Amino acid sequence: MVAGQDQAAAAPAIDVADLAIRYGGQLALAGVTLQVPRNEIFGIIGPANSGKTSFLRAVNRMDLLTPGMTVEGSVSVEGKEVRSWRNAYALRRRIGVVFPLPVGLPMTIYENVALSARLRGTRNRSDLDVIVERCLRRAALWDEVKDRLDSLGSLLSGGQQQRLTIARALSQDPSILLLDEFSIAVDPVTTMRIEEVLAELRAEMTIVMVTNLVQQARRLASQTAFFLTGELVEVGETETLFEGGARDERTTAYLEGKFG
Amino acid sequence: MNAAADRRDLSWWVDKVAQILVLAGGLSAIVFIVGIFLFIGREGAGFIFEGFSLREFLLSPRWTPTSNHNPTFGALALIAGTASVTGLAMVVAVPFSLGAAIYIGEFATGRGRETLKVLVELLAAIPSVVWGFVGLSIMNPLIVRVFDAPVGLNVLNSGIILGLMAAPIMTTIAEDALKAVPDTYREAAEAMGATRWQVILKVVLPAGRNGLVAATLLGVGRGFGETMAVLMASGHAVNLPTSPFDAVRALTATIAAELGETAEGSEHWQALFTLGIFLFLVTFTINFLADVFVRGGLPGRRRRGRRPVASANP
Repeated sequence: MVAGQDQAAAAPAIDVADLAIRYGGQLALAGVTLQVPRNEIFGIIGPANSGKTSFLRAVNRMDLLTPGMTVEGSVSVEGKEVRSWRNAYALRRRIGVVFPLPVGLPMTIYENVALSARLRGTRNRSDLDVIVERCLRRAALWDEVKDRLDSLGSLLSGGQQQRLTIARALSQDPSILLLDEFSIAVDPVTTMRIEEVLAELRAEMTIVMVTNLVQQARRLASQTAFFLTGELVEVGETETLFEGGARDERTTAYLEGKFG
Repeated sequence: MNAAADRRDLSWWVDKVAQILVLAGGLSAIVFIVGIFLFIGREGAGFIFEGFSLREFLLSPRWTPTSNHNPTFGALALIAGTASVTGLAMVVAVPFSLGAAIYIGEFATGRGRETLKVLVELLAAIPSVVWGFVGLSIMNPLIVRVFDAPVGLNVLNSGIILGLMAAPIMTTIAEDALKAVPDTYREAAEAMGATRWQVILKVVLPAGRNGLVAATLLGVGRGFGETMAVLMASGHAVNLPTSPFDAVRALTATIAAELGETAEGSEHWQALFTLGIFLFLVTFTINFLADVFVRGGLPGRRRRGRRPVASANP
């Protein structure tokens, strides 16, 4: 038993082998094998329709909620195959997700961040207060909203809503954070602030960051994977890839902005 | 050359005529609603301005318009009849329609969902006299047998019938309200590990709250206005109900049953039109409130206008 636990503790945050994803028989992603080490920011880049979002959906078992989506191969989170979880909800609670477009749920700012704790049965108001303040501070939003926690989260600006979404994801106390093109609806200044937040969070959790901005991957990710039309072209140290050390010429071409 | 091109051709005229026809269609709604109000107002006016006592009308349960010596026009019993039947109908219809809307909107998929929607719409199309028939011939003996009541035509009977009648339209509107809740809300909550039931309870129902209230209000409006089924199933006795087993008489049923037997322009005739005005005002208010709720402050809708900031091209 002890050996098993050690093994689980040493296992990579996400271990994917021969992953293939189909939507109603249509292949969206195939032949993906990669490891995401713990406490690292792992970048995934690639043009639209390359399977990046599908990859994230397979990790937190959103395939269960997507009619027609099937997953083959193996996806392990911290040493445990995700499809062996009998309670997929419990798996998802350990994985925070930030979507491309900010989703401020139609409730107050406070309730947005307290929701996850409430769903787990936390009722004590002062416990919730602590969680809400801590998560909003870590998402660099506290100072802007501390005086209006009771106003609607969906009325915040796009950049603020995206930080609210991050605060909500952090409130799950996740060990893995999945970010799907989080800066697509966010202004450059807010993007930089969120990037600073992510750099700090690296110490506490593993971050998988899908991005359509290659420079964002360069700034943050220690390793980067390049997806192209449903295929993992290559994965390597971010610096190596950007310094011209890519093994595949398509990677070099994409990083140089020749397509995509 | 331009003079030749600048010519009112056929498509210009078609466009013009179509605009006028569509405008006329739109205006007709206003004309009809104003016309109906003026008509029933005029017929009821003599009573309202001469023999009418608002106090008697609203507070007296004595509706004896055909009495030779002392005709009285107290509508309280009729109002109580309509209100009690409608109230019970909502107790029946709200859980049914909400449950059906949640199932159709959140759980059913594919063919099952389409079939259910068609069936619900079919249910809404059953003529009210058929529902009245069900109340008369099925519910009536059933209530007598199950509850050992002397008569089965009462508040309970007509309330259940009216609830079943109102449920389909309420289901359709409630389902529309749930469908208007953006999928991104559901996905965000699901990604947090919320169970389906938690997603519905904490996110979908609160976000669709206004539409659900509107659905209920429209059901209430339907209940107030329904005539035939209530006439057949309620017992049609002027009575202040004290239990669900009391027979009552509804405002609408009173008008339907008595208007044909009344001399045109008589006090009784005018009193019936006053009932009509009262009904009109109540349903108008309910529909207005429903409309306010449909438009009012659904936060998810307000957000929709905001366009995301375009991202830099990678």
